[in-house]
This record gives sequence, structure tokens and C-alpha cells, in this order.
Amino acid sequence: MPGAPLSTYLAVAVLLFAIGTLGILLRRSPLLMLMGIELMWNGANLALVSFARFTGNPDGQVLAFVALVVAAAEVAVALALVVLLARRPREGAPE
Amino acid sequence: MIASLLGLAGLYLDLHAEFFAAAQVLIYAGAVMILFLFVIAIIASAREPAEPDTSSGPVRSAALASAGLLAVLGLLVIGSVRGWAAPEIAAAWGSVADFGERLLVHHVFPFELTAFVLMAAVVGVAVLVGRRG
Repeated sequence: MPGAPLSTYLAVAVLLFAIGTLGILLRRSPLLMLMGIELMWNGANLALVSFARFTGNPDGQVLAFVALVVAAAEVAVALALVVLLARRPREGAPE
Repeated sequence: MIASLLGLAGLYLDLHAEFFAAAQVLIYAGAVMILFLFVIAIIASAREPAEPDTSSGPVRSAALASAGLLAVLGLLVIGSVRGWAAPEIAAAWGSVADFGERLLVHHVFPFELTAFVLMAAVVGVAVLVGRRG
């Protein structure tokens, strides 16, 4: 039984999302921007799972699982792009 | 970063999402972070050492935008779901067996879709990086 109310979990999710946004906006290197995206994605996933718990509907976990797998695939493709960007010098800036 | 991901796994356990906690540890704290480290190593070895590090963007506006997002989302959260307590659930709710039954009996199509997405991603990565030009 989680003792904390839903708003606590959502607060953590919002905090993760905001930190990820800050990372994306602050960092210029594509690798660190990708880490910011990962943080945002984790915040969204935490919100999904906590809503699944607090509505008592386990199907929400399935949706969150799909999101997790899509995130993993996205990381793989994005890291491949980062490697490609790093192979050609002087063009690594993402803008 | 790894610490935050592991902490998330603990929160999932608290939320009765046992399979999700395990998947979080394996996929994120394990696979994704290792992938990040490998890419960092590859980039660091490919890059000539004299190159200056990537600078930070405009700090003030970024912090402002992020804080604004935090405030708006936080107000929404506090205003909408205050006092929403957890409903009573069965002891087996969210267990691995329950999640597996949900995933493989009720929602087979999304599961197969994730398999397809993963396969497409792997093929795409192979096409992108494996090219020798």
C-alpha cells in the first residue's frame, strides 16, 4: 500500500520532466540532450504507472510498458545518430 | 542519472508495479546506460582532444522556461488530484503474474506492436551505422 497520495508521485514525475527540459535547453551536445529526453520520458512513465495504481486499472501498466519499449528503441536509434554525427567533425551541433 | 533511474524502480515497487520495477532496472539502469557509456567512449576516442567542449546555451532563458513549466504542471497537479487516495486493491494486483496475464491475454496486439517497433529500430540502427562510405 503506498501511503503517499497521488499528488506526491505526480510531483516527482513533474520534477523529472522539468529537469529533463532544463537539460535539453541548457546542453548543446546531442548526447546530453538525449539524456534530458530520457528524463522527461521517465517522468511521463511514472505518471502513467501511478495513475494505473490510483485508478485500480492494471491496463495502465501495459500502456506504460509499451511506452518503455518505444523509449528503448528511440534511444538505440538516437544514439546511432549521435555516433554518425560524431564521425563527421565540426557538424555536431543540433541546430 | 543512474541513481534517479534506480529510485524510480523503487517508486514502481511502491506502486505495486513489480514487473515494471524489474524492467526499469534491466532496461534503463542496465542497457540504456551501458549504451550511453559506450557511445561516450566511441565519441571520445573519435574526437581529437584539442576540440573545445560544447558550451552551454543561454542559461537564464532556459532556467526560466523550465521553472515556468515546473510551476504550471505543478499547479495543475496540485489543483486536480489533491487528496486522491489509493483505492483498496487485491494483494495480487500488479504482480508479475497479473501483469503477464494482462499483457499476453488481453493486450496481445500492443505487445506484438512493441516487438515490431524494436525490430524496426534494430534494423534502422544497423542500416544507419553499419554503412561504410
